[in-house]
Amino acid sequence: MNFRLKLPDSAPSLQAAGPALAGLPAARAVLGVALALAIFGVFILASGRDPLDALQGAWRGVIGSPFGLSEVGVTMIPLVLTALATAIPARAGLVNVGGEGQLHTGALAATGIVLYFHVGAPALMLPLMALAGCAGGGLWAAAAALLRRWRGVNEVISTLLANYIAILLVNMLVFGPWKNPDGLGYPYTIPFDAAAILPAIAGTRFHWGALAPVLALIVCYVILTRTVWGFKMRAVGGNPEAARRRGIAVDRYAAAAMIAGGALAGLAGMVEVAGIHHDLRPGISANLGYLGLLASWLAGHNLLVIIPACFLMAVFLVTGDVLQLTAGLPSAAGMALIGLVLFLVLGLRRLERRPL
Amino acid sequence: MSVFWLVISGTLTGAVGPGISVLYAVYGELITERAGRINLGMEGCLLVGACFGFIATAETGSAGLGVLAALTAGGLLAAIHACLVINRDTSQIAAGLALTLFAGGVTAYAGRDYVDSIITGLNPIAIPGLAAIPVLGEALFRQDILAYVSYALGPILWFTLQYTRWGLSLRAVGESAAVAFAAGRNPALLQWTAIVLGGALAGIGGAQLSVGLTHTWSEGMTAGRGFIAVALVIFGLWSPLRGMLGALLFGGAVGLQLQLQALGAPVSPFLLDMLPYLLTLAVLAVWTGAASRAMPEGLKGILRTG
Repeated sequence: MNFRLKLPDSAPSLQAAGPALAGLPAARAVLGVALALAIFGVFILASGRDPLDALQGAWRGVIGSPFGLSEVGVTMIPLVLTALATAIPARAGLVNVGGEGQLHTGALAATGIVLYFHVGAPALMLPLMALAGCAGGGLWAAAAALLRRWRGVNEVISTLLANYIAILLVNMLVFGPWKNPDGLGYPYTIPFDAAAILPAIAGTRFHWGALAPVLALIVCYVILTRTVWGFKMRAVGGNPEAARRRGIAVDRYAAAAMIAGGALAGLAGMVEVAGIHHDLRPGISANLGYLGLLASWLAGHNLLVIIPACFLMAVFLVTGDVLQLTAGLPSAAGMALIGLVLFLVLGLRRLERRPL
Repeated sequence: MSVFWLVISGTLTGAVGPGISVLYAVYGELITERAGRINLGMEGCLLVGACFGFIATAETGSAGLGVLAALTAGGLLAAIHACLVINRDTSQIAAGLALTLFAGGVTAYAGRDYVDSIITGLNPIAIPGLAAIPVLGEALFRQDILAYVSYALGPILWFTLQYTRWGLSLRAVGESAAVAFAAGRNPALLQWTAIVLGGALAGIGGAQLSVGLTHTWSEGMTAGRGFIAVALVIFGLWSPLRGMLGALLFGGAVGLQLQLQALGAPVSPFLLDMLPYLLTLAVLAVWTGAASRAMPEGLKGILRTG
């Protein structure tokens, strides 16, 4: 290890922090993933199993089977949304670490609709829940945007802290007033009825919530690349001072991007409760907010690169589940693999500024 | 004795134990942040400390070796962070969160055969005389050895940062790496040292949790304590002594919960869990002047705007 001096920026810009998979070091990404798999293989070997066997089994169970692929799709649905929740604010120069919390408040708001404003028709109920989810996530992000605007608190720390408050809020409700009285004491709300459930394709968990990330991606892409709004937002993220001098309301655009990000994460929360869990309970997310953030980071906050980045993460997450069944490894092993990939891909990134 | 006093003394007695692991992580994060870096992987460092400390204790029967293993694991994990953010210019946020996820996976994998292990571990040692003081003696002087070390570490850390050449260099790098470099310091080396030392301290904290306090290992047992430590460093305005107060506050919230539950009081335990986060946000939002003055310059890109 060398200790050559590199002067750290006192304010690390997103440009310096960004591109990993983007900017065409696709070869690096492949190299990073291959290296991570190799290291992972060594660990499997060390625990007395055949790594090739395990990986082959994982491949057959994940990519090679319709059910495995459907599970990858199911995992990608919230991941793409939480990745967008980081990418959109990032385009306006903000760092949203709060996807996890916004997902929880979104799920909470959508559940609130089921509990208090119930309508019988799915055609009315599901859009209402989606709107509530967006509002729940958006409001949580708006608090961070306000703290930034009025009190100069950076959104990194406020959204991070708000994550835990949101998770505890959900726990407070499902262990308390929202607990199903007939639920044998489990901390779940009452199960959603058919009108509040996103139907799944027969035999799988892949549900119609898949429309949400697809629509969100298209809308975000069109707005960012084809409208004046999007252009101004990118200008704010690229060079706030120049944008200000051109008369763009920098603070307003930044806040709007933050709230939009929160709304997308909130939508992920709605999709998870209406599509997967069919009630609100602790642990609805399992780090989906943080994984989305890291996927967006891997993708250099590039909307199109987010798709393969989320696919990669989803494959590894499902691989963890498959390895649990086939090789007796704990499913969290998939998380270790994701960590390795992140270290290697982030670390192998070409430096824009050589250390002195 | 009235119920009120029972609750107060019970809370105080129960406040110190759960706070110790957090306190080690606070020290670790504090050293890191005073050097101008932030490590959101503290949760991961605590977790590998708890896991590998427990495994080593279970395998060797020696709690001392367990603590050594925990310290090494925490330091090694933090070294990944140091390499990524200092040598590879990776985002500190992405690297730290990746570290935490990685640690979650690795410890679930490594610790799966040890969930039911029974260890002797570290046990409370009553300090003769002092332990007899009512309430306070019970609270402070019937703890394990790592707790006593942590009491001493706060003032030592404060003195080291304030009055030694190394502490001054570290703080100088945290304020401005360029100026420190011009003054003949090696910013990269100092930040490496701070990050690895910080991770090692969090590793010890993890061992205190698994080998000392609970004598068990379970997946994800640190339950966000590393992030609470990040919050408490800010709450304590980057002072080790105020950090001790913050850890006591966290422990107090845990202790009070147990008391309220025992009484059957209709207060959600989760409301008390929110306290460290809410108070930290309040410090950042309300007390902006003091927070801004105390904050190492090098962190302002992450914690302040404009």
